[in-house]
Amino acid sequence: MGDLGWIFISTLLINNFVLAYFLGLCPFLGVSNKLEVSFRLGLATIFVMVVTALCAWILNTYVLIYAPYLRLISFIVVIASVVQLIEMAIKKLSPTLFRALGIFLPLITTNCAILGLAIFATNKGYGLWEGLVYALGAGMGFTLAIVLMAGMRQEVEKANEMPKLIKGFAFNLIISGILSMAFMGFAGLFSSS
Amino acid sequence: MSEDKIEQDATPEEPSPLRLIGTLAIAGLASGIIIIAIYLATFETIKENKARELRESVFRVLPNVTKMQKLLLKEGKLVVSYEEEKGEEPIYAGYDDSGKFMGYAIPSDGPGFADTISVLYGYRPADRKVIGMWILASRETPGLGDKIYKDAAFVANFDDLAIEPPIVATKKGKSKPNEIDAITGATISSVAVAKIINKGNAHWVSKLPEPGNEPAYEEPAEPAAPAASSEAVDTQAP
Amino acid sequence: MAKEQHAYEEFMKGLWRENPVFVQVLGLCPLLAVTNSAINGLAMGLASFFVLLGSSILVSLLKKHIPKQVRISCFIIIIATFVTVVDYSLAAAMPVIHKELGAFIPLIVCNCLILGRMEAFASRNTLRMSIADAFGMGAGFLFALVALGGAREILGVGEFFGISLFGPNFEPWVIMILPPGGFITLGVMLLYFNWVEERKNQIDKQIAAEDGVN
Repeated sequence: MGDLGWIFISTLLINNFVLAYFLGLCPFLGVSNKLEVSFRLGLATIFVMVVTALCAWILNTYVLIYAPYLRLISFIVVIASVVQLIEMAIKKLSPTLFRALGIFLPLITTNCAILGLAIFATNKGYGLWEGLVYALGAGMGFTLAIVLMAGMRQEVEKANEMPKLIKGFAFNLIISGILSMAFMGFAGLFSSS
Repeated sequence: MSEDKIEQDATPEEPSPLRLIGTLAIAGLASGIIIIAIYLATFETIKENKARELRESVFRVLPNVTKMQKLLLKEGKLVVSYEEEKGEEPIYAGYDDSGKFMGYAIPSDGPGFADTISVLYGYRPADRKVIGMWILASRETPGLGDKIYKDAAFVANFDDLAIEPPIVATKKGKSKPNEIDAITGATISSVAVAKIINKGNAHWVSKLPEPGNEPAYEEPAEPAAPAASSEAVDTQAP
Repeated sequence: MAKEQHAYEEFMKGLWRENPVFVQVLGLCPLLAVTNSAINGLAMGLASFFVLLGSSILVSLLKKHIPKQVRISCFIIIIATFVTVVDYSLAAAMPVIHKELGAFIPLIVCNCLILGRMEAFASRNTLRMSIADAFGMGAGFLFALVALGGAREILGVGEFFGISLFGPNFEPWVIMILPPGGFITLGVMLLYFNWVEERKNQIDKQIAAEDGVN
């Protein structure tokens, strides 16, 4: 299992961005009530994450060596700009895609997961390929978590008797906790060799 | 009520693009200045904190050591280094009070049970033994895997460990000089630590100089300014 | 005096009635990640408090000069600046805490609470009220962080702020300081708040019904 493979599987399952690192919780808890919508949000997030990882690597390698203290602010500015550009591009190139995804893109800007990805990748010292694989794993992990969550919430909505007290965020959080516990089972996936 | 809440402006005048860009530019500039200021104000302290933390971990894995220096591999030889270079892979040499070389402190990392584990271990080339181990960073399960640094008995495994054949973690009670006792309930974490040290050895041992030829201890030069340190050293008054 | 009353009300609003975590459910990302112990929660709470206060003051002072079209970008620049200041100050003054909180200090920038307060309050209110609001919301956030961190630490390790509560025979409920514990603890706390809200509604209804009868 090469290094890249480890990074990918680790981020997708074992150290899932949402369920182990608590990133991207706002959309995870807030928007995950419809399966279709959640899946599309996930795809948009994967795309933004990969582009961000690329930009972060470029920044880190060529610009930030001279000014490491500008890291945070440049990351944020880049993320906001990237999302803006992607939104404009999608609007022009494919209005149908824009109508499906469009409203989510501004949401993604304040998604801690994107900034978290850039910061974590920098702290771990990932190079270009490692960073891209990391972004792919993180985005897919996010999508996996949010799709699972949406599926469960849809099923639960069909149930007749749900105590009024537990409806809403409290319930979502407890389900997330159980989901997170389930994902803990992935730990140690590749260490026995 | 209206004393405290300012109504939204009724005049809908559109600010020119110049004004928009100008505002952002000023904000960016002001922000940049403040950030640079705080960076310069805290630079020395942060550097000292990092150096102190490193010193403490090196002294932990090399007993009886009171001085240390950083070594980098350049053109096949180990040389002393004071600057920080990007992407460098340093090891550290420890010396006692009289400047006698006591051992290397080698950092290494690898996958553990939950995430990457970062290890620093002491190595004595004279008898090719590991003489100490310290976990620098880990996210192992609290109560189980985190015993790799909380369990003093486990850490003591590494006080006198042969490196050939490669270190093996055994559950049945160690009997050979290259064996360590795995922690019950945290086998994978224990095995990971052994593998990480083996990986470090595979990488470094062949590149180390012959025992007795280690770089000697050099008294550090006067501390330099944050940037352009080499020039500062030259222009120091003798 | 009417003004004093209002500022105090703003403060209390943030602390309890519109508590950013338990009522508005904002700022969750850093919340769950760093509350595996009470002291970490306290540190993150104070760091976020400082950023919220500083940004609120600055935004409130400059609100007339920030054009509407670029206000979000300006807010983000201001917040990011304060976060960077906190990051470096913490790294210099308290390196151990800085290491514990790790990458979550920069993530204060994404805290929906802070950006939300800028947009909803500080950019539309006087300096005095903005400070009161920042104090209230910050205190509410701090309270939530310490409560959550404390609960998880007590159940998960048997300690509070590092002080052992139950002695060596306590069998720790380890899952509490792991990610699932974070989710579940917050969920249970929200449940409690829902219950309190529900009770209050019922009592209000009863009072209204009795008044109607009379």
